[in-house]
Amino acid sequence: MDYTIKIGGEAGQGIQTVGDALARVFSRLGCHVFTSQDYESRIRGGHNFYQIRVSDRPVRAPRGPLDILVAFDRASITVHQGELVEQGIIVYDSSQLKESFSGSQFLDVPFVKLATDAGAKPIAANTVATGAILGMLGFSIDPLYDIITALLKRKDNETREQNRRAAVAGYEYAAKNCGRCAFTLKPPGGAKMLMGGNEAIGLGALAADCRFYSAYPMTPSTGIMLFLSSRAKDYGIIVEQAEDEIAAINMALGASFAGVRSMTGTSGGGFALMTEGLSLAAMTETPIVIALAQRPGPATGLPTKTEQADLLFALNAGHGEFPRVIFAPGDPGQAVHLTAKAFDLSQKHQIPVFVMTDQYLADTQWTMDGFSVDGLPMRDWRMDGKEIDGVDDYRRHAFTPSGVSPFAIPGKTRHVVVTDSDEHSEAGHIIEDGPTRKKMVEKRLFLKMDSIRKDISPPLFLGPEEAETVLVSWGSTYGVVREVVEAMPERKMAMLHFSEVFPLPGLEAFDYLDVLKRAKRTVSIEMNATGQFARLLRYETGYSVTDRVLRYDGRPFLVEELMEEL
Amino acid sequence: MEARDRYLGETPAWCPGCGNFSILNAFTAALEAEGIEPGGFCIVSGIGQAGKFPHYVKCNTFNGLHGRALPVATGIKLANHELLVVAVGGDGDMYGEGGNHLLHAMRRNIGVKVFVHDNQIYGLTKGQASPTSMEGMVTKNQPFGVLSEQLNPLAMAVALDCGFVARGYAGDREHLTELIRSAFHHDGLSLVDILQPCVSLNKVNTWEWYGKRVYRIGEDHDLGDRVKAFEKALEWGDRIPIGVIYRNDRPSFEKRIPVIEGGPLVDGSGRWQELKERLSGSLKEFY
Repeated sequence: MDYTIKIGGEAGQGIQTVGDALARVFSRLGCHVFTSQDYESRIRGGHNFYQIRVSDRPVRAPRGPLDILVAFDRASITVHQGELVEQGIIVYDSSQLKESFSGSQFLDVPFVKLATDAGAKPIAANTVATGAILGMLGFSIDPLYDIITALLKRKDNETREQNRRAAVAGYEYAAKNCGRCAFTLKPPGGAKMLMGGNEAIGLGALAADCRFYSAYPMTPSTGIMLFLSSRAKDYGIIVEQAEDEIAAINMALGASFAGVRSMTGTSGGGFALMTEGLSLAAMTETPIVIALAQRPGPATGLPTKTEQADLLFALNAGHGEFPRVIFAPGDPGQAVHLTAKAFDLSQKHQIPVFVMTDQYLADTQWTMDGFSVDGLPMRDWRMDGKEIDGVDDYRRHAFTPSGVSPFAIPGKTRHVVVTDSDEHSEAGHIIEDGPTRKKMVEKRLFLKMDSIRKDISPPLFLGPEEAETVLVSWGSTYGVVREVVEAMPERKMAMLHFSEVFPLPGLEAFDYLDVLKRAKRTVSIEMNATGQFARLLRYETGYSVTDRVLRYDGRPFLVEELMEEL
Repeated sequence: MEARDRYLGETPAWCPGCGNFSILNAFTAALEAEGIEPGGFCIVSGIGQAGKFPHYVKCNTFNGLHGRALPVATGIKLANHELLVVAVGGDGDMYGEGGNHLLHAMRRNIGVKVFVHDNQIYGLTKGQASPTSMEGMVTKNQPFGVLSEQLNPLAMAVALDCGFVARGYAGDREHLTELIRSAFHHDGLSLVDILQPCVSLNKVNTWEWYGKRVYRIGEDHDLGDRVKAFEKALEWGDRIPIGVIYRNDRPSFEKRIPVIEGGPLVDGSGRWQELKERLSGSLKEFY
C-alpha cells in the first residue's frame, strides 16, 4: 500500500505544520514516509504544497497520483484536482473556501468551526485537518497528542488542550462522514526515524565536532544554520550570521586556522561571492567544509525551486589550480555520513570539501530504521602543542611526502604559525622565486590529489549485473532513480549512483566504466539542462553516456514521469 | 635585546623612508612593553603595503585577501578569545575593499585591535586615489582630481559607537607606541587610524604636510563624550588631532557569547567520547 497526500494552500496557512505533524505520526506508527515541498518566494499568500507519501514499504521519491488532497485554498483544487486517482478524495472546508463542491470526490469538513467549537482559535483549523486525515486513513490518533504538545510547548496548557480537542473533533468527523474512505494500509508499528536533508547535514556536522558555522541566510541552505543554532548551547558551537557570504567564508577560515572545525553554507549566488575565499582556503591549506544547496540560476533564478546546475561551477570555482572534494548525498542517511566524512577529509588533507544538495533534497524528509554513530570518522588531525614545542623549527607549510604539513594551533605552541594568500615558503612567508613556487604547486595539488583519490568510495550499483540499461545519477536523484529501477524489473535496468562526485572514484575497487561499456544504453538522469555530471564523466574518463534525461523547470522528477521518459 | 630583534621577522620590502617602518617600530616597542611573546598573539592582514606587516614581525600570521582581514580575525578571535588578535591593513584595504566588514566588526564589537596604515593613497598598485584621499587630489587615474568626498574613518567609528577610536601618526613614534598599548588593553574592537606619508606616491600628504598640522589631543578631552568626540573627529585641515578620540565600555562580542563563557572554543574541541554520548541523545529527537 502506498498513498500520496497533498496539502495545498497559501503561505502562512500552516500547511507545513500539518505536513510535518502527519509525517511524524506516520513514522511513529512505523510507516515508511517521504515528504517534499513546493513553495514560493513569499511570506504570505501564493500557492504552495506539501506532499507526503506513506507506505508499508520503503519510499524514496514523490509520486504524481494523489489519494488525498487537502485544500486550504481554491487554487489547490483548480491546480491539483486532475492529479487525483479515481478513488481519491479532496478534503476541504466550504466555509474557508467560501464555496461548496458537489461530487463524491469531495469531503467537506468544517475545519474552522470544529476548531472554534473546541474552544481553539481559527488557526487550529490546521489541527482539525491533521486529525481529519488520520480519521480518513483509520490510523491511530494517539501519536498526534505528543506532537501537539511539542509544537505548542511555548503555549499554555489550555491552548494545548483546545488543540487536542480540535484534533479529535476532526478525526471523528472525518471517520464518521467519509463514506468513500477505504484506505487499507495498516501501519507496521515500531517507530522509525524521520529526517530532513538540511537536518542531516547539520547532524553530520555535529558528529564531526563542527564548532563554528558562519553563513548568510539563503534559501535553501538556511535550514542547516537554523539546525546548528538550535544546538549551539548543547554542543558548544558558535553560529555567526555574517554580513555577507564573503565574510562568512573568511570567518570560517579564521576559526579553522585557529584550530576549530568550521563550516559555511550557502546557495549558488552566495557561493559566487565565496569563490575568492575558496581559493584562499586552498592557498593557505586551511580546512573548510562548504554546504552548497543548489537552486535554479542564473542570478536569483527560482529562489525556492530545485536544480542540479552548479556542479561544474563548484568544480571550477576559485582562481588558480588546487584540489577539492565534492560530495553529493542522495538521501539524509548519506548526508549525515558524507558531511562527517567531508570534515574528516578536509582536516586530513587540509583542503576545501563540498557537500552539495539542492532545494529538493534539503526540504525532503525520509524515514530511516535507525542510525549508528559508530561508523563515523571521529579522529583528530591537529598536532598536539607539546609535540610541536619539542621540535626546533616548525613550518606551517613544510614539504612532506604526502603534501600535508603538520597542523599546529596558533597560541597553543611556542612556535609561530604563519600562512599567506601570497605564494609562500615552507615557513609561510611571501616568496616570488620559481623553484619554490613550482614545488608548492606540486605539494598542494599533485601530492595531495594522489592520496585524496584513495579516500573516495565507489558509486552505488543496484540492479542486474548484465543490465541492458544503466541509469547514471548523482546527488538528489538517487531516490527517484532507484524507485524507477525497482518498479520495472522486466526492463533489466540498473543504476549507478555517485554520491562522491569529485574526484571520481578510482576503478580499483569497482570498475564502473566496464559496467557502463557493457550496457546497450546508458542514461544520465540530471536536474539540469546540459548533463553536467555526464560531461564531468566524459572529461575525466573519456566515457560518453548514450542518452540523457534532463529536467530543468525547477521541479523534481516524479516516479511516473521518469518511468515514462525511459 | 632591542624590541625589534626579539620580534625580528623577514626583511621589509618597503620603500626607504616609508612611514611603515616607524609604525613597525612603535608596534614592536608596544609588544615589548606589554611582555607579549611572539607565539602569544596573531596578526591578520589583507593586501597592500600594510598587508605585508606581519611578515616583518615574528608572530602568528594570517595574511589573507584584500579587504578580508576582519572576518578572518573575527573567526580567530571567536575560536580562541584568549589570544590577542590584531588586524592590520591600509586605507584601501580596510576602508575600501573591506569597508562593509569594518562596519559590522564595529557593530559586533569583536575584540580585535585594528590598525590602519592610512597614507591616503594606493601604494601597491602605484598611486591611485584611496577612500581617504583628499578631494581634488590629482593622480594618474583621477586626472580631474578626486571627485568623491574623503572618508572620515574616525567620525564613522564614533557614529557606530565603536568602543575605542584613535588616530596616531607615524612621525610621533613615542605617542603611537602608547596608543597601540592602550588599544591592546581595550576590551572590544579598537580602531587606530595611523597617518603616514607615502614617500613614493603621495606628493600632497608628505612628512612636512603632516608635521605642520598634527597635534596631540590634550588631557582635557572628555573621552566618554560622544558628541565632543564627533566634533574632534571632524577636525581636519590646518590642525589634525592625534590621540584617543572616543572610548566606551560596551562589552565585547566574545564576552556576550554564552557558549564560550567557560573557556575558548578551541579548548573544547576533539572530545570524541563526550560528543558520542551527546549525539545519542540528539538522535532520539528524530523519532
